[in-house]
Amino acid sequence: MSPLLESLKAGFEALPTAALEAGRLGLLRRAALASALHDGLPSSRSERWKYTSLRAFERRSFALAVPCSNDGALLDLPALADIPAPRLVFVNGCFDNALSQTDGLPEGIELRPLSAVLRNESAKPLTLLSRRFEAADETFARLNAALALDGALLRVAAGVHAQAPLHLVFLATPAGSDLAWHLRNQIELGAGSRVCVVEHHLAAAGHRHLINAITQVEIHQAAELCHARVQDEAPTASLFQRSDVELATGAQYRRLDLELGAGLSRHELNVALRGAGASLVANGVLLADGKRHLDTRLGIQHLCGDTSSELTWRGLGAAMGRAVFHGGITIHKGADGSSATLSNKNLLLSADAEIDTQPVLEIHADEIKAAHGATVGQLDPAALFYMRSRGLPLDDARRLLTVAFCREPLSAVLDSALAATLSAQMDRRLHASGAL
Amino acid sequence: MLSITNLHVRLGERDILKGLDLVVKPGEVHAIMGPNGAGKSTLGYLLSGREGYVAAQGEVTFEGQDLLALEPEQRAAAGLFLAFQYPVEIPGVNNTYFLRAAYNAQRKARGEPELDSMQFLKRVREKLSVLSLKDELLHRAVNEGFSGGEKKRNEIFQLAVLEPKLAILDETDSGLDIDALKAVADGVNALRSPDRAFIVITHYQRLLDYIQPDFVHVLADGRIVESGGPELALQLEEHGYAWVRERIAPVAA
Repeated sequence: MSPLLESLKAGFEALPTAALEAGRLGLLRRAALASALHDGLPSSRSERWKYTSLRAFERRSFALAVPCSNDGALLDLPALADIPAPRLVFVNGCFDNALSQTDGLPEGIELRPLSAVLRNESAKPLTLLSRRFEAADETFARLNAALALDGALLRVAAGVHAQAPLHLVFLATPAGSDLAWHLRNQIELGAGSRVCVVEHHLAAAGHRHLINAITQVEIHQAAELCHARVQDEAPTASLFQRSDVELATGAQYRRLDLELGAGLSRHELNVALRGAGASLVANGVLLADGKRHLDTRLGIQHLCGDTSSELTWRGLGAAMGRAVFHGGITIHKGADGSSATLSNKNLLLSADAEIDTQPVLEIHADEIKAAHGATVGQLDPAALFYMRSRGLPLDDARRLLTVAFCREPLSAVLDSALAATLSAQMDRRLHASGAL
Repeated sequence: MLSITNLHVRLGERDILKGLDLVVKPGEVHAIMGPNGAGKSTLGYLLSGREGYVAAQGEVTFEGQDLLALEPEQRAAAGLFLAFQYPVEIPGVNNTYFLRAAYNAQRKARGEPELDSMQFLKRVREKLSVLSLKDELLHRAVNEGFSGGEKKRNEIFQLAVLEPKLAILDETDSGLDIDALKAVADGVNALRSPDRAFIVITHYQRLLDYIQPDFVHVLADGRIVESGGPELALQLEEHGYAWVRERIAPVAA
């Protein structure tokens, strides 16, 4: 067994019984851990892990972040000051009540930490965590099923509209040793409801922790969710994120992923369009600078007719960074009249950077519209010359073009104030990266 | 202001300019006409410093400086402007933001104080009133989704804001209907001054009905083969470029 799995197993075994059994989940947790240990970490022989080798990573060990301090110690963190209420804040994987602000939430919106639910409702089985992950290479999801002790739960009642975005903040801060934590978030929108959620993944300072998070999203009939995720983790952090989304009839999902941080980042975004008229816009930016490795994998399933998906992703490869992008769209039998477009453009800004992109479109239906394209290239010399001819020095012109290149996916966010905030955040990160 | 002596430019295997001479003084408007492939656009690109356009022979001085030794942005700061035949679309870069960045970069290079956004906006408003340019174009990305006419007007708008000493208009009339052509010409005429010179590169005489040149030159086969006043443009319109080619045949032989 690898040191990584050894260390997580030891952590599991040292968990207090109360934590393990809460929500009557003990059996399920043990089974999930056993299956993870049985099949081990995915190797690059697995098609889904071909471009991300875990051979160096699996030699590392982590302690579980239990019990963790949730004492508001980071109250003065400047990055936090910019994130308005309502917000739920987690520090090193544990809910921090002192940093969170949920007063004044509109009626019909429930926003709670999973840990509180596990504590209070431990008498009855908790279905939220009972999901099983069957595939042999779903090791991180299985580990999450075994070890998730906290996360954000958001439930929006039918017909409820919230104006202000709700913020979920996942902060990491250095500890005595390298920690691992597992988060399980769930977002559920009742029929006809409308809400906006922003996930922030931030580091208070440099750290080498392991974060394993699953976010489950369910959007019921004709509900609308806008969802932005800003991944601005430390350049030495390891982050495994999986987002599983289900859309019912007429549901609308607009999503933006700004993947700007973490040294090793794996993101799986799975969206199932289950009902007629369901529509998805899922855009993102991948910034592979420094020595960072990003692997982002979309799995979009059109399971019903008249569904639509639009995916716009931009990638930057700078310094010795590497970005891997897999854009998978499957239009299933019977999903007639659906439309799907995927655009993945990448800029290679350094000779030592690498970009691997793979758009995969599988069609088993009739009368559909589908288009996909992926490019890897450099900045447009005609545009650079045009800008220089107006007086902009070459470096400024490059910077302006690169920032503009990354801005296109922001169109997923319709709220212009939120889009401006996200854009400014991305610009700051781009400027700090030395990629420009 | 601008002095071009015995300029030769080779692109790949082809000699494009073969000994071009031209002198432009402040306040003058020079029209350069010529058939397709004569080297008109090459001249514009060479003067503004496009990559790959290198003089094989000859020299160009601008305000006493060796123009060809300067980077494109240094030429702009020195007061040179090229209105592109095909203005480039730059998605994601706001038109006004771009222009302010360029304007301030020029000022910085000249050691002048930069303008803040309020001061710059004031300047933009003044210039807008001169050109009939729609306000909303300012808020869009540079040239993105602009019609042909809007792109050319945007070039003249940039020219108005940047106030160069020498402006080269590269086939600014191509692809314009008569209203857009007039608007562009009005913009240029409003910018004429004793300190500012123009080189108007065009295939047709049409634009010169609206922008009266002081000199007309015919560029053919990489050289200026004929120079004269505005009447030369009319003769060309009447006889076509074949007329010039016939006239130079003995020289070329």
